Amino acid sequence: MSTSVTPAVRDAVSAIQVTGVDRVFTSRKDQVVALDTVDLTVAAGEFVSLIGPSGCGKSTLLRLVADLDTPTAGDVQVFGKPARQARLDQDYGIAFQQAGLLPWRTVAGNIELPLKLHGVGSDERRARSAELLELVGLSEFAKSHPDQLSGGMQQRVAIARALAERPKLLLMDEPFGALDEITRERMQLELVNICAETGAAVLFVTHSIPEAVFLSDRVVVMSPRPGRIVDIVDAGSLGRSQERTDEDRDAEAFFHIVARVREHLHGVPASGTRAMKAR
Amino acid sequence: MTDLLTRQAARDTRARLPITHAGVTTMVAPIVFGVVVLGLWQVVVVAFDIEPYVIPAPSDIWREVTANQANVLSAMGVTGRNALIGLLAGAVVGVAAAVLSSAVRVVDQMAVPVVAALSVVPIVALAPVLYTLFGAAVNTSRILVAAVSVLIPVYLNTLRGLRQVTAVHRDLMTAYAAGPLQVVRSVTLPTATPYVFTGLRIASSLAVISALIAEYFGGPIGGLGKSITSAAASSNYPLAYAYVVGAIVLGLAFYVVTLLVELSFSRHRSS
Amino acid sequence: MTRLRGIGLGLVGVLALAGVWDLYKSFGPADGVTVASTRVLPRTTDLAMPHTWQMLQRLTEPVTSARDAPSAFSAVLDASRFTLGIATRGWLIGVVVGLLLALLMSRFRLAEQSLLPWVVLSQTVPLIAIAPLVRRWGAALSVGGFEWTSATSVMVIAAYLAFFPVAVGALRGLKSPAATHLDLMSAYGVGWWRSLLTLRVPSSVPFLLPALRLSAASAVIGTVVAEVSISLRGGIGRQVVEFAQSAGGDPSKAWAPIFGAVGVGLVAAGFVGLIGLALKPFRLSGAPL
Repeated sequence: MSTSVTPAVRDAVSAIQVTGVDRVFTSRKDQVVALDTVDLTVAAGEFVSLIGPSGCGKSTLLRLVADLDTPTAGDVQVFGKPARQARLDQDYGIAFQQAGLLPWRTVAGNIELPLKLHGVGSDERRARSAELLELVGLSEFAKSHPDQLSGGMQQRVAIARALAERPKLLLMDEPFGALDEITRERMQLELVNICAETGAAVLFVTHSIPEAVFLSDRVVVMSPRPGRIVDIVDAGSLGRSQERTDEDRDAEAFFHIVARVREHLHGVPASGTRAMKAR
Repeated sequence: MTDLLTRQAARDTRARLPITHAGVTTMVAPIVFGVVVLGLWQVVVVAFDIEPYVIPAPSDIWREVTANQANVLSAMGVTGRNALIGLLAGAVVGVAAAVLSSAVRVVDQMAVPVVAALSVVPIVALAPVLYTLFGAAVNTSRILVAAVSVLIPVYLNTLRGLRQVTAVHRDLMTAYAAGPLQVVRSVTLPTATPYVFTGLRIASSLAVISALIAEYFGGPIGGLGKSITSAAASSNYPLAYAYVVGAIVLGLAFYVVTLLVELSFSRHRSS
Repeated sequence: MTRLRGIGLGLVGVLALAGVWDLYKSFGPADGVTVASTRVLPRTTDLAMPHTWQMLQRLTEPVTSARDAPSAFSAVLDASRFTLGIATRGWLIGVVVGLLLALLMSRFRLAEQSLLPWVVLSQTVPLIAIAPLVRRWGAALSVGGFEWTSATSVMVIAAYLAFFPVAVGALRGLKSPAATHLDLMSAYGVGWWRSLLTLRVPSSVPFLLPALRLSAASAVIGTVVAEVSISLRGGIGRQVVEFAQSAGGDPSKAWAPIFGAVGVGLVAAGFVGLIGLALKPFRLSGAPL
């Protein structure tokens, strides 16, 4: 489906290339600048988190990359092609805060949904869903329906679904936002393992500073109204994102990075709360 | 607080079945009540020597039901056939119209006054002009009255169901670059199905009622309504009530069948 | 702007429907369309099917050939008022009975358990079938000094159909307050009556309004049907049948009372709509359509 990424070509084609993107929502009375001249590059295989207060445009940015929304100005490229083409070519997998499983399909049926929509044969579908259920540890629930699963389990199914077509890019919009802290940390570790196994790049939206730091190679800190990138914090001192373990949560480097992200988040309250009217 | 309210609202607006938890009292109490009412009715009619034109005794009604079983059954057949054809025709048109309305906003807006009028108007009043249009010797008018009565609840419920597709499911389908037909098949229709069945459940009773009372407005003999009026005209009130019993059985049969179909479709839709 | 557009499109919809009717009348086959020996589309002869403008025009002409006959419109208007009057009285009785029943059921669990299944069941069966059977009540009954007329019978049928939706809707409304609100009331040490007035009644409003609308429609249908089956003259129901019978050479006339029936239905719905407006502050909580 997508080009195989070897370390040699890794930097040649970046997973995401956002250049000078504006997104302005126009209602009858007023205009809200959700994103203002945003530039961002995510390399293939890289894990990048977007963090910031509500209204900073982090979800909007993710939706632009997914081509669920179109920028007012600027350019979004995914694997070197326009976002729309990447969506039509199914170059990414996506997961939202709500698992968004179809309640009338079984767990396996939900994971197979994208494959079915894209004309994959039933034998291959079944094999793939079995593989993914194994990966997220839900093999015995293949024939269950979503209403029989806990929230965390539903989210794991949603992630398995996002992986169904072996995408080289995962877009995740607060996928663990509705989970309790204990489940959340376990899911984070699972995600690290999944990334290590698949080598996929990830664009990850979150509210949680520790979560962003633990998972990411780089943390993008954003501020609201207008949505802007304040700074990009490098988490490389924790090692590569695909090799993180629970011990890293207690590492000194971890606290340093958390502190730096927090500094950036809190360092811009003045401009952060100012409402921006139409130009 | 707000969260609680929205969740409450979500629960309340969800299509639901009129079946709640069952216990011993919930089963026994209504049966006891029914038996007591029937008994009182019998005792009062006999004790006060009440004339059958006011109300006949349950025992007399039952006697007529058993004595005229064949007639009651055949009348149920005539009215039931009209109701069934009307129900199916009205349901098909109702669902199709709702799909069209949900897809084309202009059609939806154009339909608003017609739907509003049809939903408050006694549709059975159309029966006489329908007899003129289609001929008074055939059952077409009764079928049409049933179909039009069915149309409205099916249309409104289906339309509502088609609008329940959640934002996350819509986003997902866009992310999968699914075609319009794929979206309808895999998300829109399954989401709407329970609402369609709610509409059908309401409609099934309406179909029987409408087919029956359309007979009061004229047309050929043979159905329950005509049998009731002609028995009443010859002052045979117990027989007339026997046909009413037939009507009640017919209405229940329609309701139970749609309910069972709905139940068989509605597993795992609660999340 | 959007409102105007909605009204305009609604008008277009009505006109489109009329247009389809008139086109079919002009160009459809005289004997209708028959599929498998069942006529599925109507005859288009002048005797069977009038043009829409003929229906409207007929409203302005005298109702009969008698010299002092009023216009069909005023005859229909009178009949509509008559029907609306009976339906309103029946509706009011039905609403009061339904509300009392709902209160009883919400207060006593046993009452709910024994009554509710029957109330729900009654909604699914064609109980209106008994309408022709109360016909003789009008001639033969008198309760105390109260003369039981045919109009009373019609009113009782209307009330009878109106009370079911109110009873069910009001009961669901009275039981709708969230557990936290009820806990709050008991924490305040408030008794049943006070919590009924401060909590249960206001939160029942969103459930009650659709029930009232449904029961108003039922009352109108009940009145029209009962007028026909009890042979009560003066109302729109009887007029529908009479005009259809006497309109052998005058098919447009049969349509006149149908406009009346539409009018009665719309006025009844509008009236409930006004009640809804008055109770608007209580409609904020989540409620079914």
